[in-house]
Amino acid sequence: MASRELPQDAATKTAFLNDPVIRGRAYQTITAVLLIAFVWFIANNTIHNLASQNKTTGFDFFWHTSGFDIQYALIAYDRSSTYFTAFLVGVINTLLVSVIGIVFATLLGFLVGIMRLSHNWIISRIALVYVEALRNVPLLLQLVFWYFAVLKSLPAVKNSLSVFDEIFLNQRGLYVPRPVVGHDFAWVVAGIVIAIVGIFVLRRWARARLEATGRRFPVLWTAIGLLLVVPTIAWFVSGTSLTFETPVLKGFNFRGGLALPPELVALLLGLILYTATFISEIVRAGILSVNWGQTEAAQALGLKDGDRLRLVIIPQAMRVIVPPLTSQFLNLTKNSSLAVAIGFPDLVSVFMNTTLNQTGRALEVVFITMLVYLFLSLVTSAFMNWYNSRVALVER
Amino acid sequence: MPDTSPVFVRDEMVPASPAPASNSGVVGWMRKNLFATPADTVLTIIGAAFVLWIVPNLYNFLIGHAVWTGDDGDACRIQGVGACWTYVWHRMDFFIYGFFPPDARWAGQAGILNEILAQWRVNLVFAIGLILIVPLMIPSVPFKAFNALLFFVVFPIIVYVMLNGGMFGLSEVPTEQWGGLTVTLIIGLVGIVTSLPFGIVLALGRQSRLPVIRMLCVAYIELWRAVPLITVLFMASIMLPLFMPEGVNVDKLLRALVGVALFNSAYMAEVVRGGLQALPKGQYEAASALGLNYWKSMMFIILPQALKHVIPGIVNTFIALFKDTSLVSIIGIFDLLKTVQSANADANWAAPTQAMTGYIFAAMVFWIFCFSMSRYSIFMEQRLHTGHKR
Repeated sequence: MASRELPQDAATKTAFLNDPVIRGRAYQTITAVLLIAFVWFIANNTIHNLASQNKTTGFDFFWHTSGFDIQYALIAYDRSSTYFTAFLVGVINTLLVSVIGIVFATLLGFLVGIMRLSHNWIISRIALVYVEALRNVPLLLQLVFWYFAVLKSLPAVKNSLSVFDEIFLNQRGLYVPRPVVGHDFAWVVAGIVIAIVGIFVLRRWARARLEATGRRFPVLWTAIGLLLVVPTIAWFVSGTSLTFETPVLKGFNFRGGLALPPELVALLLGLILYTATFISEIVRAGILSVNWGQTEAAQALGLKDGDRLRLVIIPQAMRVIVPPLTSQFLNLTKNSSLAVAIGFPDLVSVFMNTTLNQTGRALEVVFITMLVYLFLSLVTSAFMNWYNSRVALVER
Repeated sequence: MPDTSPVFVRDEMVPASPAPASNSGVVGWMRKNLFATPADTVLTIIGAAFVLWIVPNLYNFLIGHAVWTGDDGDACRIQGVGACWTYVWHRMDFFIYGFFPPDARWAGQAGILNEILAQWRVNLVFAIGLILIVPLMIPSVPFKAFNALLFFVVFPIIVYVMLNGGMFGLSEVPTEQWGGLTVTLIIGLVGIVTSLPFGIVLALGRQSRLPVIRMLCVAYIELWRAVPLITVLFMASIMLPLFMPEGVNVDKLLRALVGVALFNSAYMAEVVRGGLQALPKGQYEAASALGLNYWKSMMFIILPQALKHVIPGIVNTFIALFKDTSLVSIIGIFDLLKTVQSANADANWAAPTQAMTGYIFAAMVFWIFCFSMSRYSIFMEQRLHTGHKR
């Protein structure tokens, strides 16, 4: 059979309009033109609307006096400060809530996730009821519940609930003792830092020795010893002091101590309890995802229960846990913006609500707020991606 | 010589004796699940103490000492009473319909039928929605495509016509008067109806080989996923009027709906992308080999499989969306949460437990919707899972 000659040029040449490359370029050009037209339309309308409302634009408002009070600020702020200081107060408060929330939600989430896997019927049921009850109710509703229904119905200042007369809880918030450090306390802090660095060095050395000789070193007990001994030595050598200032009822309010406003308490309570339900489900799924054969193989190798968890189960579970855990951390950070509903001065409340209403610079304020959250998201996911690359499966 | 004395040889099976009492029945179950080890016993005691402390308290607050009858807050103001359910019962109209004007023909007359007829426009919408969604959710009912078309396309139009009025002899009701559970459900429905198609388009765009389209979709998705919904809602409520040509007035509810739709389509896109990525490459190649063009291969080969994979994820996004509808109360829309909050300021019912009762009621409503959705998602997951088991 004679091989048929393929007319090379004719076969590869498609009609101009059917050429995928040409079509692709055409589609992209059309999209780009439509997008530019859309942006131009919006920009044009915005400029026109702003002009007709006699509104000025620009970021100069940052340096004007804000003139409003913020009831919870970690940096020096009063009503004569600038909007920029107010903005910083908001950012710091958002960060504060996010960091505390992430730490406690992770702890509670891991605890509840492990409780749900417990063989103990009553423990796993308690965890199940907690998870199912709280994760199906909107976070905003939980926040207003804690704030308006629970904390507002607490006793007045006079009849505060107290724990050993050290911690007080009333309508105006939570009062805890404040640590007061003496002179030269930096030495103790330095001692703690030295101990932590020492523990890391010790761990590396112990692991290297274990791999080289097979002999174990009791890292945990040495670490606890180091953490206790080194700062204590620093304490006595430097002759410093650490006392706790207890909140005391004077007149109509508590003086001294560390006061957490009810808004902060309600926000943290809501965020932690809500996010922990999701984290617990992630942890549960992660641990269940490790094949039962891995447990059997570890037992067959003669590993102790603790080693089996630490060396076999947890490393494999972490691979499944870390990516969704990252998005829960991001969710918590974003959800902290619901503070605006209960009046805690976070970024949205201070900047997107009060500042925007006072200055009327809608475009600038919305732009900056979104930029801050974008930045926070990128930083968190960059960190968690780094951590994930450490725990991820290393394949050939 | 071997010993020939008869030895005992058993020639029938011994009937199995029952397991020892300590290993079966209630005792066995308790030994296995509650008191397996000393540590377990300690945990059980702590857990039981916790349950014994919290359950009676909850029971007394919610049922035992709760106030079920009464026409004003007097009964709820007595020291030590629990939830004030009669308050919720008396304000139920407001919680469900907000300020929607009742029909004068039946309003104010006693009787449950008159109360239903007074809000017949909203109730009819609820009934139609229920009639359409129930067969949609039962897998064995036929005409799924037609049913979905009715629910996702025709039903929103019916909702708009019935509630907004201004045609077919219905009086016009501006959206400011819509409220309560009605608005919560409307925002949820519109969010679902808009976010799924937009999400699919965005997910396809993110997979596109055309760099401009891919980059646009990535930027869109990542931007909305990085910012909180409340900033999106603020943006929609403050900036949408600025973006429109002068004189165009964007309805307040519509602004919130735009915000919800923009935000959730980004999340939906990521869920759909998961499904697209889970498909083996051979499916794409097979579709090309059949000579299908891009849209046909997507419509008939890729999306049906990809979407089927991610139905649980889609339902989870719906649940999150439904919970997030409560955020519109911050920008001043009277959804369920906002009606409860404003009713809590009602002085007639002022009582120590008034606020708590209102919030518990709202929480129960949200819980019922979200919990049923999550159960449905688990049901679908199990149904779909069978096909992949070997």
